[in-house]
Amino acid sequence: MSLIDSVSLPRSLRLPRLDGLIQWIVPLAIIAIWQVASVTGFVSTRVLPAPSDVVLAGWKLLLSGELLRNIWVSFWRASIGFLIGGSIGFAFGLANGLSQLSARLTDTTLQMVRNVPHLALIPLVILWFGIDESAKLFLVALGVFFPIYLNTLHGIRTVDPQLIEMGRIYGMSDGELFRRVVFPGALPSIFVGIRFALGIMWLTLIVAETIAASSGLGYMAMQAREFMLIDVVVLSILIYALLGKLADSTSRVLERATLSWHPAFQKR
Amino acid sequence: MQTALRTSLPETELPSRANFVPHARVVHEERTAHTGGRPLSIRGLRKSFGANEVLRGIDLHIPAGQFVAIVGKSGCGKSTLLRLIAGLDEIDAGSISFGGDVQPEDIRVMFQEPRLLPWARVLANVEVGLGRDRASSDAHARAEKALSEVGLADKRDQWPSVLSGGQKQRVALGRALVSRPRVLAFDEPLGALDALTRISMQRLLERVWRDQGFTAILVTHDVSEAVALADRVLVIEGGRIAHDVTVNAARPRQRGSAELASLEGSILSHLLSADDRT
Repeated sequence: MSLIDSVSLPRSLRLPRLDGLIQWIVPLAIIAIWQVASVTGFVSTRVLPAPSDVVLAGWKLLLSGELLRNIWVSFWRASIGFLIGGSIGFAFGLANGLSQLSARLTDTTLQMVRNVPHLALIPLVILWFGIDESAKLFLVALGVFFPIYLNTLHGIRTVDPQLIEMGRIYGMSDGELFRRVVFPGALPSIFVGIRFALGIMWLTLIVAETIAASSGLGYMAMQAREFMLIDVVVLSILIYALLGKLADSTSRVLERATLSWHPAFQKR
Repeated sequence: MQTALRTSLPETELPSRANFVPHARVVHEERTAHTGGRPLSIRGLRKSFGANEVLRGIDLHIPAGQFVAIVGKSGCGKSTLLRLIAGLDEIDAGSISFGGDVQPEDIRVMFQEPRLLPWARVLANVEVGLGRDRASSDAHARAEKALSEVGLADKRDQWPSVLSGGQKQRVALGRALVSRPRVLAFDEPLGALDALTRISMQRLLERVWRDQGFTAILVTHDVSEAVALADRVLVIEGGRIAHDVTVNAARPRQRGSAELASLEGSILSHLLSADDRT
């Protein structure tokens, strides 16, 4: 929730048409200032190309098909890695949240592994997998595993014990108790994990693609650096920003759809 | 429909308490064979938590359909007694019997907190109370009926978060009533409500008890609430029943009448004198 959402203006002061646009004012203003600074020569184009040049570079790459191919490759790697790491993290979170035995068996190990920065494994991963797809998928999966694991576990452990007692009194079976009480209660926390994981997903992928890849957005940016194509470098960075925003918006839509009972997601 | 009419015929002959509320008669059709409360017999009941002996031998008989209030200072064991009756904790020694076999749906508890599922709409929360009958085809209809008994039929599609404290507690009451329990245990159900809401909730409790005739056990710290609602007030002290007071005042009771006030005064003085002794 951004600050704008939480500070609600009196109804009469609101301009409903501008509500959706207001978040874009700052990015657009920055681009406008940047364009002016480049055109007037205040910023050298060797340091930072004008936005118009970046758009032009993007258009050329789009026509050649290179841009879409690289975006698709990166998107595919990100999603598959996220699905693999996310499902394993979710499964461990469930198991350790629901079973004391499982928690005692694996939680300490997972907490130790968690404190190793996963990007520190890159040299090892390259030795194991080469610069194959599996290297990138492994790193992304490892990166998204922990936020989803930790938040699922936390969500399940903090479900109101009074509600669980209520469910038992009203004769819910274990399965029903999970479906009706524990899982919905843990869902807000699981979403926090998903949003953290989405950020880590892009970060990991880009680092991995920059260091060892032969396709993808990170590879495109590194190639461009070799040939001093600074406009393509900036273009890649901007695409990362847009993809990150897209991932965040998707998780928000999901949140709104599944947490409509939550006071924080109800329309004011 | 035909069978429903037939079963309701003998019912109308009886001088039923249900005549107060028009739809209460509908209620009786459904479980004619089951309606009414269960008697409750407790023998030598003991319960300890670690070294702390909370209940030290409770012997108690509650006839079917009686409204019993249990009062006492905090920590006297009244809530523990209620939890044992409701089967929420294990008994250390002694026995509790309900005069024959009981189903889990026959005994219900209502807590101080409403304990509604925030992610389920009001109607779905009431359906939770059906227990094993949740999956049956008439679950919706029964939940709607229970919801209208507590006067919240128009809130069926709301989320619990938009309801007031009193409304949430009424949904919790509807959930407890929907399985037509024969013993209903209340653990300070009105403790968190404001004074006016309390009084209207007390009236609602009294009304549904008169309609359905379940055995009611109310734990409360409010002596005036106890004498206003109950047929009998038990005072618990040091894990034992110290006083067993019968309230004979006619119903509907006049709140603040001299009779209830003097009864309240004498129970309070019992409680306070116990305080002096310790």
